[in-house]
Amino acid sequence: MEDVLPFLIGGLYAGGVYLVLHKSFVKLIIGLIILGYASNLMLFTISRITRGAPALVPEGAEALVEPYADPLPQALVLTAIVIGFGIQAFAIVLIKVGYRIVATDNLDDLNTTDRLDD
Amino acid sequence: MENELLLVLLVPLLGGIISLFFWMDVKRQKIVFLISTIAMTLAAINLMRSVLENEVITLQSAGWDAPFGISLVADYLSTFMVLLTGIMGLAVGIYSMGDMDRARMRFGFFPLMSFLLFSVSGAFLSGDIFNLYVWFEIMLISSFVLMALGNTKAQLEGAIKYVTLNIMASIFFLAGIGVLYGLTGTLNMADIALRIDSVPDEGLITLAAIFFFIAFGVKSAVFPLFSWLPASYHTPPVAVTAIFAALLTKVGVYAFIRFFTLIFTHESPFLDNLLIFTAATTMFIGVLGAAAQMEFRKILSVHIISQIGYLIMGLAIGTKLAITGVVYFIIHIVFVKTNLFLISGIVNRLKGSYELKKLGGVYHTYPFLALLFVISAFSLAGFPPLSGFWAKFALVKAGLVSDAYFLVLVALATGFLTLYSMSKIWNEVFWKKRPEEETNLEMETLKKERAVINRQVLLPVIAITVLSVVVAIWAEPIFYFAEMTAEQLLTPEIYIVNVLGIAQ
Repeated sequence: MEDVLPFLIGGLYAGGVYLVLHKSFVKLIIGLIILGYASNLMLFTISRITRGAPALVPEGAEALVEPYADPLPQALVLTAIVIGFGIQAFAIVLIKVGYRIVATDNLDDLNTTDRLDD
Repeated sequence: MENELLLVLLVPLLGGIISLFFWMDVKRQKIVFLISTIAMTLAAINLMRSVLENEVITLQSAGWDAPFGISLVADYLSTFMVLLTGIMGLAVGIYSMGDMDRARMRFGFFPLMSFLLFSVSGAFLSGDIFNLYVWFEIMLISSFVLMALGNTKAQLEGAIKYVTLNIMASIFFLAGIGVLYGLTGTLNMADIALRIDSVPDEGLITLAAIFFFIAFGVKSAVFPLFSWLPASYHTPPVAVTAIFAALLTKVGVYAFIRFFTLIFTHESPFLDNLLIFTAATTMFIGVLGAAAQMEFRKILSVHIISQIGYLIMGLAIGTKLAITGVVYFIIHIVFVKTNLFLISGIVNRLKGSYELKKLGGVYHTYPFLALLFVISAFSLAGFPPLSGFWAKFALVKAGLVSDAYFLVLVALATGFLTLYSMSKIWNEVFWKKRPEEETNLEMETLKKERAVINRQVLLPVIAITVLSVVVAIWAEPIFYFAEMTAEQLLTPEIYIVNVLGIAQ
């Protein structure tokens, strides 16, 4: 499993960057979401994967017995997913309102605030 | 003693929540915001008092000992940043009461400001890298909404760029946390600092450092990651820009200082060179960008970037004197920059424009406002005896002592160009004759104009100007404090011992 996941993470990063570089608003958002997934998966994988050994203290024992899966990255990933979800929801609404008011779906048209006034 | 630390966070949080109950009731929200922000500032002063007694105050949340629980840590640097947050929140809050339009205030401007102050102070006090990430996200979401609040076309355009690049930065931050956790098996900053020495592969530490470098680089707007700042900072109402300029980029700089003095202290020529390169390019390109602009707020916004360059320069030199300079520079820049933005807002209230071409003759009719501008602008350019001079003097001296002549050269050139863009604003807005159509102003119109400068917008500007002058004239005690801060930052053992509770 640990041999497959790095390739998957790399693929997700590549796909996310590819989509973010597009001009369309929707592709931008999807790209950001995929990049978020890639980071979450990386956070999960990098602290090593232990299968079939939940971090539960067995009956009668004082502490965890090796081997056990590290519970902390799982908690981190959960938190990151929830936060990411909130941010993505906001970004989607922002893009929608932006699409309505700026009246374009082309990121290259969003250049009025950068223009030098001469 | 530990609870004093919590008070700084709980007061703005409570203020934000209470004002949510008064949705659409602007009057009560203003009162709640005022009370909670004053209380927060007082709590920060109180915290500063006990930190000065005890060096470092640590709160282990829910009683879980470090490194298992989340530690909140107040050392000199964190505490004075929190104090600055309180003061600036108060000043900009009062300003916005006189300046912000009713529609924005009705749609939750004050609760958002409270949450922003809450999250910024949280980021300063956090002693745990994942907790820091969470504070960053709270800060981001409140700043996203503040940026887009009002739904004007320019704001939405700016907000889309701001949101996209900051989400990218968060993704890098998260990846960095993953790498660092994989290397050390802990999230507590003090514990990481302790264990990172025993990581066999230095290349991987540098890799983690690069992830954090990119994440904080985007937040603090260093070259070449700053492009969101000039695109977005001039779009929201000026009070929002002012509070962003005061706090948000400084959070990024704070994180830089914390990580590169506590965690990434290993010998790495690559990282050192990267910091030097970033500092020089950020300073110089920021000031060149500002020189090209012809709009009051755009000049000031782009200028933020070059000031961040100075802060990174101090960190890149890394001696005690340099870090002292950085601490003093942060105080200076927070006061002066915010003040300039607020003054640009007042000029806009008077003349209805930020365009330098359309403005003029402000000195003739409002000499007092011109005086306030001159103090801040000259301070920014580094004229003695104003605060900018002492800040730059310390940094330049630190650079000369440690033979960083290249950085010193760039810093001095940048200071010169800063003077150029400040005098451009002075010439165009204050000094030059009023544009044609305005020269025959009647007394009536002047009276009407004058009426828009109400007490709420003028009071904070005067207060901050006085503060920045005080900081310059009584520079010695402030420098003494900055020196203590630098010493504490450069001996991370103090931080580690206090957080982990190891007996000395």
